[in-house]
Amino acid sequence: MEKVITQKHRGRRSLTLLTLFAACMICLAAGPPAVAQDPSPEARGLEIALEARKRGEGFGNLVSQLTMVLRTAKGQESTRQMRLKTFEVANAGDKTLFVFDQPRDVSGTAFLVHSHRDKPDDLWIFLPALNRVKRISSSNQSGSFMGSEFAYEDITTQEIEKFTHKYLRDEPCGDLTCTVSERTPRGEDSGYSRQLVWHDKKEYRPWRVEYYDRRNELLKTLTVADYELHLNRYWYAGKQTMVNHLTGKSTVLKASDVQLKADLNERDFTRTGLRRAR
Amino acid sequence: MARRPVPRRAKLAVAGIAALGIATLGITTGASGESLIDSHEISGSVTVENRWFPKTAANAEQKDFGVNLIAAPELYLESADGTSLTLEGFYRYDSSDSVRSHADLRKAYLLLVGQIEDQEWELRLGVDRVFWGVAESRHLVDIVNQTDLVENPSEEVKLGQPMAHLTLSGEWGAAELFALPYHRPRTFPGRHGRLRSAFVVDNDRVMYESGAEEWHFDVAARYSHSVGLFDVGLSVFDGTSREPNLQPAFPLCALDPGACVLVPLYEQIRQYGLDAQMTYEAWLLKLEAIRRMGARNALGEEEDYTAFVAGGEYTFYAVFDTDIDLGLLAEWNRDSRQMRAPNIFQNDIFAAVRLAFNDFASTDLLVGILEDVDTRSRSFNAQFNRRLSDSLTLNVEATFFHNIAADDAAYATRRDNFVNIGLTYSF
Repeated sequence: MEKVITQKHRGRRSLTLLTLFAACMICLAAGPPAVAQDPSPEARGLEIALEARKRGEGFGNLVSQLTMVLRTAKGQESTRQMRLKTFEVANAGDKTLFVFDQPRDVSGTAFLVHSHRDKPDDLWIFLPALNRVKRISSSNQSGSFMGSEFAYEDITTQEIEKFTHKYLRDEPCGDLTCTVSERTPRGEDSGYSRQLVWHDKKEYRPWRVEYYDRRNELLKTLTVADYELHLNRYWYAGKQTMVNHLTGKSTVLKASDVQLKADLNERDFTRTGLRRAR
Repeated sequence: MARRPVPRRAKLAVAGIAALGIATLGITTGASGESLIDSHEISGSVTVENRWFPKTAANAEQKDFGVNLIAAPELYLESADGTSLTLEGFYRYDSSDSVRSHADLRKAYLLLVGQIEDQEWELRLGVDRVFWGVAESRHLVDIVNQTDLVENPSEEVKLGQPMAHLTLSGEWGAAELFALPYHRPRTFPGRHGRLRSAFVVDNDRVMYESGAEEWHFDVAARYSHSVGLFDVGLSVFDGTSREPNLQPAFPLCALDPGACVLVPLYEQIRQYGLDAQMTYEAWLLKLEAIRRMGARNALGEEEDYTAFVAGGEYTFYAVFDTDIDLGLLAEWNRDSRQMRAPNIFQNDIFAAVRLAFNDFASTDLLVGILEDVDTRSRSFNAQFNRRLSDSLTLNVEATFFHNIAADDAAYATRRDNFVNIGLTYSF
């Protein structure tokens, strides 16, 4: 943990001394839990995020079929289909590959994301019409993913190190009890000022996320449903619904044919691998 | 220097490769008769296009309007061990220019992948398309495939190229080796077509510098790597040039100027290439540069030269409180031969605006201008794409030439402003 945060300091030029100090306070507080009888909200928030990550770790890699249904306020619908492949990298950012099947005109188009904990992600796109692999900017974190209500930053791996965390309260969520934490993006690329996340206290699964825009107004709400247990250990959400409160538009993202510890090879998550992704 | 017509041989070669593909398919099916094919996919597109030239042509025989039909089917087969076969065909019918009506085998290759310790290897055998480079206004370093020029004067569309393509990659980057046993001549518009030179290029009479003609064994290699903000590629090509030197067929010209044609001459060249991109926040900074030896200039003299295209792109995300991304592009093309360069890019500035609407229909618009710094000749290009349904897309492209100087390489096309409207059904 300390190492990660130290690397982060090196990678970020815009951090002021004060933020550095604050970040180190968090990492100290998160250290040996015995020190703090009643941990600070920041320490508790980080603890929840770390626990949630820990429980998701070790899945090796993942293959899933994704269907996105985009809906306008007037009820117009459009469907996107893609395959998702994620390769877990121990103690570093994951590698993710999206290959599009629908709409047919973008069939074969693929994205490769190398997530990083200490610097902006690397992002490449493969355009089958020209057989061209193109490195693209990952600074458009708040941009729409394929015209949906999900932004790139909502879809790609949310590395804990890219936020500061703060525990707010416990409250019931359905039949469960949830912790409500606030996470604030550290980078300037994010379209959000903050997010509120509901994790259940039993399994640390996220159930609801509220996204506040840069003016600190509630922009979007994500509700997560249909969790399924895989390999007796990993909870994977079958349905995620993102509602945009400003536009009335919504997107439902459904996962099917989920396979964890899939037989994937890291070589498929390179620029040359991207060329043959399909 | 060898000189003779190449009538149907290219087509024979393509047919041969297709046969090879089908044979491979037979092998993949296995001796036991049990299918080894784990999955297959049939896809492709059909397009209806209208291309209209509002100005009357420079030559009376050139047509103003063409109705086009394009089919591009694709078949993909994969065996359980990950070996795959890709077949992609292409056919265009153009009512205005019989030469532009053409078929091509875009892809027909067997793909094998494996691993040796930490290194990955990938082998592609057959016909494929390869893209090198980063720039938008011109694909300077990109040399493996021949340009399918009748498709679009932008030189962006390529013909399939027979090759053996080996890639080795690891933490250190990727090294690629290409064996290119066969040369495909560039497609030029016919007598009735627009966007052509003043004299028609005779596609059936091709000359080669090498005695081996189109069977000269060309080789190429590329090393590329991505480190932090930088993606860099270094390449070398040795063999038959993809860009011909156009030679007037003099005896015919003297007898009858109307029958005068240009004959493409393909020389033996060597080209070193560099392409690099730096991706920093919303900036993309790009450079492509080549050094080419052995090619003739516009005066017909052999002249070694250096050329580059340098520039970049900056994107403003979510402008005017909408979902629209606005990109600004600028690139400078330069050629050390200056006015002796046989193409239009001797000293040209490209500037463009790209709008990505990020809507349901994936609407995007690119409007650009290419201005010759020396001659002040200008061309404007606009491209608009919009999805109409899950399988139907609309593409509109317009190009306008303005103030084309008599000494500019684009002079013959000065009256060839065009609007192209296409409707594509993808399956």
